[in-house]
Amino acid sequence: MSALVDFYARHSRLVDQIGINAILALSLSVSLQAGQLALAQAAFMGIAAYVSAILAMNAHWPLLATMVAAVAAATLVAALLAFPVRRLRGIFLAIATVGFGEIVRVFANNLSITGGAEGISGIPNDATTPVIYGSLALVVVVLVLLARTKFALAVTLVREDEYAARGVGIDVGAIRTASLALGGAIAGLGGALYAHAAFFIAPTDFGFGRMEEILVWCVIGGVTSPLGAVLGAALLSVLPEVIRFLADYREITDGIILLAVILFFPGGISSLWRRGAVRVRS
Amino acid sequence: MLALHDVGVRYGGVDALQSVSLEVEPGRVLGLIGPNGAGKTTLVNATTGLAPLASGTIDLNGARIDGLPPHRIARAGIARTYQNIRLFGALDVRGNLAAGWYARPGRPGAADVRALLDRAGIGEIDLDARASTLPYGDQRRLEIARALAAAPSIVMLDEPAAGMNPSETVRLVGTIRAIAAGGIGVLLIEHDMSLVRAACDSVVVLNFGIVIARGTPASVARDPVVVEAYLGSGAEALA
Repeated sequence: MSALVDFYARHSRLVDQIGINAILALSLSVSLQAGQLALAQAAFMGIAAYVSAILAMNAHWPLLATMVAAVAAATLVAALLAFPVRRLRGIFLAIATVGFGEIVRVFANNLSITGGAEGISGIPNDATTPVIYGSLALVVVVLVLLARTKFALAVTLVREDEYAARGVGIDVGAIRTASLALGGAIAGLGGALYAHAAFFIAPTDFGFGRMEEILVWCVIGGVTSPLGAVLGAALLSVLPEVIRFLADYREITDGIILLAVILFFPGGISSLWRRGAVRVRS
Repeated sequence: MLALHDVGVRYGGVDALQSVSLEVEPGRVLGLIGPNGAGKTTLVNATTGLAPLASGTIDLNGARIDGLPPHRIARAGIARTYQNIRLFGALDVRGNLAAGWYARPGRPGAADVRALLDRAGIGEIDLDARASTLPYGDQRRLEIARALAAAPSIVMLDEPAAGMNPSETVRLVGTIRAIAAGGIGVLLIEHDMSLVRAACDSVVVLNFGIVIARGTPASVARDPVVVEAYLGSGAEALA
């Protein structure tokens, strides 16, 4: 026990970072499970981070209120984004959503309310470890409860075969919109926590590099496995800390690990425990 | 009852269907035959909302369904199978039946699963088997079971015997007749004329998107226009 306390005392920032990264990985996992390679999670995260930071600093809202507003804003933007991209699939959807992410970053870089390229500093540092892990637990509980609903069945069927999914009565557009909005909500939660744990945010925190990082966590964990996404995020967050000399070469080591997983473990970490047919829960 | 009135479908400048009218009645099997490219699958796609109508109307039990999106037409009571099997391949047998059951309340229980598989003629199948690993004939029948899981009033079977051996095809006749005997209207697209003759109450023949004959399997087989469309191949098997 004392070893754990000692570890936390020395690595509390890393522990918090793992919790936030796990939430961000889950947010992308939700879209991927519906077969949507929608890469706007960093943008949803950024919108929420700015909303919560601005409300906390300019309007002096308490943490919980800023988090609720931030999640609502990210959810709304994600749901609205679902409309123009509704006919896009695969790589075309990926490119369009990456483009959307860049638009958000450019806006954040040029608006005065977001502090432009210098960002916002002095954000109340009130996203404590219990707040972060309480939020992660909430996301996990919501996803576990959802896994037993017809929504989860529809998400699986849309991923497997959209055409046949329509034939069994599934409104594919509504399911895609809902999964994108849910992913946006979770990314928004991660973004609000990020702002309140980081003290300082800038547009570069929410650019393509961040999006790529979240995607790598999910690929390493296994693209359709929420638990795999969490493990992927935890593993790649811890690795540079455990092997200190790698910290400066983070992008390179992430790339090597990604290539190794794609070549030798195409199903990611989750393929170690997921075998056989996809089961539908009853 | 499913009723198509003067249905037309255009793909670009090509008339895939022109002024096609037909009725699929509860408890009866209507065969839809014709050479490749005659418009048979287009007719199923138009009915299920996947191909927009250029003209005409489609009613299901007195209510217009043309113009509705595919998922609402499915929920209205039309289930189908596909010429190229479209099972949810990564899911097991139970998962595919749960998929077919999607628009109904709850999930299929063990007894429902057993009953559906029995009706499709695969009562002994391994429920945990991944759908894509099943033998071809079983996949065709699982697709039928998935369609029945929706408790439809109309089932459209698009070449269900394709890839089946002769003895499997003979068994399929019993399966199709039993589905109709349960009060469901069946539209059967098929190239296997012996199956059409054995399973269908009546037949509509399409060629170049136009109905060129209709009647009982025997009367259609004697129709010189049909014989010419098929160049004799298969038409005599109907007689």
